[in-house]
Amino acid sequence: MGVVMMFTGIFTNKKPLITLTAIVALVILLVANILNSYGIFSIQVDTKDLLHFNKMGMFFNTLMIAGTLLFVLLSGSEMEKLGNKTADFYALIFFVLCGTAILTSFNGMLMLFLGIEILSIPLYILTGSDKKNLKSNEASLKYFLMGSFTTGIMLMGIVLLYGATGSFGMVGVNNPALPPSSGVQTASFLQVAGFLLLFAAMSFKVSAAPFHFWTPDVYDGAPSVFTSFMSTIVKAAGFFAFIKLFASNTSLLGPTWSIILSFVIVATLFAGNITAVFQRSIKRMLAYSSIAQAGFMLFALYSNNDLGTEGLILYTVAYCLATIGFFAILMKVKDYTFDGFNGLASTQPVLALVATICLLSLAGIPLTAGFFAKYFMLASVVKAGGPIWLVIVAVLFAAISAYYYFKVIQAMYFKEGQPETAEIGQGFKIGLLLVAAAIVLVGVLPSIVLNWFYF
Amino acid sequence: MITLLLILTPLVTGLIALFLKQGNAAKNFALLASVAIAALALSAVFAPGTITYDASWLASIGSRITLKADGMAKMLTLLTAISFPVIFTAIYNNTYKQASSFYGLMLLSQAGLMGVFLASDALLFYFFWELALIPVYFLCSIWGGEKRIAVTFKFFVYTFVGSLLMLIGILFMYFNTADQSFSWQSFQAVELSAKQEGVLFWLFFIAFAIKMPIFPFHTWQPDAYEQSPTATTMVMSGIMVKMGVFAVIRWLLPMFPTAAAQSANLIIILSVIGMIYASLIAIRQDDIKRMIAYSSIAHIGLMSAAMFTNNATAMDGVMIQMFSHGVNVIGLWIIADLIEKQLGTTNMKELGGLAQKAPVMAILLVVMALANVALPLTNAFIGEFLMFNGLFQYNMVMAGIAGISIILAAVYTLNMVQRVIYGNVNATTEKASEMPFNIQVALVIITLMILVFGVYPQPLLDLTGDTVSAIFVNK
Repeated sequence: MGVVMMFTGIFTNKKPLITLTAIVALVILLVANILNSYGIFSIQVDTKDLLHFNKMGMFFNTLMIAGTLLFVLLSGSEMEKLGNKTADFYALIFFVLCGTAILTSFNGMLMLFLGIEILSIPLYILTGSDKKNLKSNEASLKYFLMGSFTTGIMLMGIVLLYGATGSFGMVGVNNPALPPSSGVQTASFLQVAGFLLLFAAMSFKVSAAPFHFWTPDVYDGAPSVFTSFMSTIVKAAGFFAFIKLFASNTSLLGPTWSIILSFVIVATLFAGNITAVFQRSIKRMLAYSSIAQAGFMLFALYSNNDLGTEGLILYTVAYCLATIGFFAILMKVKDYTFDGFNGLASTQPVLALVATICLLSLAGIPLTAGFFAKYFMLASVVKAGGPIWLVIVAVLFAAISAYYYFKVIQAMYFKEGQPETAEIGQGFKIGLLLVAAAIVLVGVLPSIVLNWFYF
Repeated sequence: MITLLLILTPLVTGLIALFLKQGNAAKNFALLASVAIAALALSAVFAPGTITYDASWLASIGSRITLKADGMAKMLTLLTAISFPVIFTAIYNNTYKQASSFYGLMLLSQAGLMGVFLASDALLFYFFWELALIPVYFLCSIWGGEKRIAVTFKFFVYTFVGSLLMLIGILFMYFNTADQSFSWQSFQAVELSAKQEGVLFWLFFIAFAIKMPIFPFHTWQPDAYEQSPTATTMVMSGIMVKMGVFAVIRWLLPMFPTAAAQSANLIIILSVIGMIYASLIAIRQDDIKRMIAYSSIAHIGLMSAAMFTNNATAMDGVMIQMFSHGVNVIGLWIIADLIEKQLGTTNMKELGGLAQKAPVMAILLVVMALANVALPLTNAFIGEFLMFNGLFQYNMVMAGIAGISIILAAVYTLNMVQRVIYGNVNATTEKASEMPFNIQVALVIITLMILVFGVYPQPLLDLTGDTVSAIFVNK
């Protein structure tokens, strides 16, 4: 599909047409994927066991494609303003989706690596796509350098694991070459080292502390359209791969694992939430808050049970809906500081209403999708017998997050001002209202999403 | 079915009111809706026995829409349902910017309150607990006083932290239930070790204590009451604080009887400290609104002490007092609002001589004030008497210290009456006039309730008798 997009760019110069093509392509992909996952119509490709398409992966693909579709529908017009390479941008986005598809169904270290790379390289370009903006260039370079470095670490991890097990396959990692002696699996030094390197690399990709330092600069520097895309679809895909990779391997490290992981979770929540409180630019605040949300998503890895998986799905849905919706509004407002939002409720009531619902969802207030997302995450940890202090720390940070999300609501509703906004069409408003309706619907009846998952 | 309607009617009418174009239409619509809800609540009160409703909600995690209206729930829904038309009548002449949003949000908060009182499923209860908070947050922040943003934010963060702690508690209980459900029965049946029970008890209790509020969790309250639009303050002090008291009786005491008995002493000491402390501060206040706020803390302190005495008489008193305090405090706020609207100040230093200017109002204010002091023949007397009775059996010293607060209440309330309505007319009070018709209606309803239940409280006791006996049968 990405290739089709590239050629479209050659044949036509009319931007709306390109967007339309992209939408059509996404719809086709979506339908194909849904049909495929229901087994109604399937294309069987022999992948020599490198890829393994299971129901969960397919479902996640559906979510990713639907998320992208929503993103294109709401923000496609913004992309058209970013210079005359729109077709190329779409092509890159499709490449990213391709990477996502590999990440949801990889069955070995090689495919994981390929997926991550296919996902990341287009992102480096998208980040720097605002060529005349110095910040965008800086962000792109930073992202590229740090990203390549992590790729190196990841490769090293894979090599070490290969050295220990003699296989690139997931199965090889699961069952160490060493025969299990008296029921207790002992992991060799190579395995543990490789494992930790992989862990560090994946933490970088999902911007978990202490590997999160690139996130604010990159999210802030990249054009807002692509920040919206990166912080939702790409991040969720990263998480899925993360969990798929580690879910079956936690026994390898024994109790140390949960200590490492709880440290990472608390550090992520801390770094994201505390720094977000002090931001003056809403875009930067969202960058930090996305780190904080990553901390919550990591709970799915910690608990490693059914509830955690359900939680991750809900979290993905809730987080993507709210973030894409809010970014679409953010892009319409000229000034990204909190003051720029002052009085938005009186000039643009629809925008303010939808923004409020998105923010409430991000903060995890009941009646919005975000509540059940957080609820399932916490529930999964409690079910897995996690320590109560970890849960209490998490909810305290959730309360802190309410502080900065509500600051935006305060600016919109309770302060006076004349925010400058771009032209807003009727269709855009309807789209936003649909997003808000979806957030509330999932918030009242989360079983809709989950039933769909279980069919 | 009627229980479901009690929640759905305010919810739906609230949403409709939000989208009405004309503020005046929204006002009349909201008033009509609230009267209809009051009729519904009355019919629920007269329906015999416990009314239940049950429907499937989230099958995969075992949460259902279970509503249960026993005596206590009926009484509190009645209080909620009566309060709203009274409040709407009293503020009928006030003008609000974006009036349709104002009335819409008021009705939405009513839906949340009804839900809290009726829910018999822990997750549903949590839902409504938050649903009641969010509209109030917006009401205070948009229509409140000068310092409203900081103050309501403090209020919001306080209660939000409490709610989240409760959520953890709910989760732990849920995973310990035998049938993986959120229903009240399963929660009550959970067997816990003493240590677990202790931790969970405090997780829940902090949430409820913040809402009530009990010393030392009360610091959000006076500022919030002062800065909110008075209609919202009436909802908060008249009904919302009862959410905390209600939740302790409905959820906390049956779930953790052992931990409750162990912590009772500490909580009663805190409550008594809060009573004395709040009363002393109330004496020092020059502002009528702040005085009412602190006096409210003192009254709630007595209720929370009485709840934990593990005594049926005290519990009867708490039931009556929940209703009476709601009625009385709304009456006081209506008068405070009236004074502020007419004279532009609620500072007692600048007031005086209102008895000459507005004699009817002065009489009604005296009635409310006497009810606030819990004089015999007012509704508050019987409640406080029963509560002190229970507290006395629990611990004489505590009861003695708590008893001082009655004297202190008389000091600050009568002092207020004296400074506001007696004395000489001054430049500020020169413009005072008799109150308008709508406020007369509202206050007459309240005065009637004060006197009727003051002389004959038996209907309330009969209504809530089943709840009280259910609590003590299980022990």
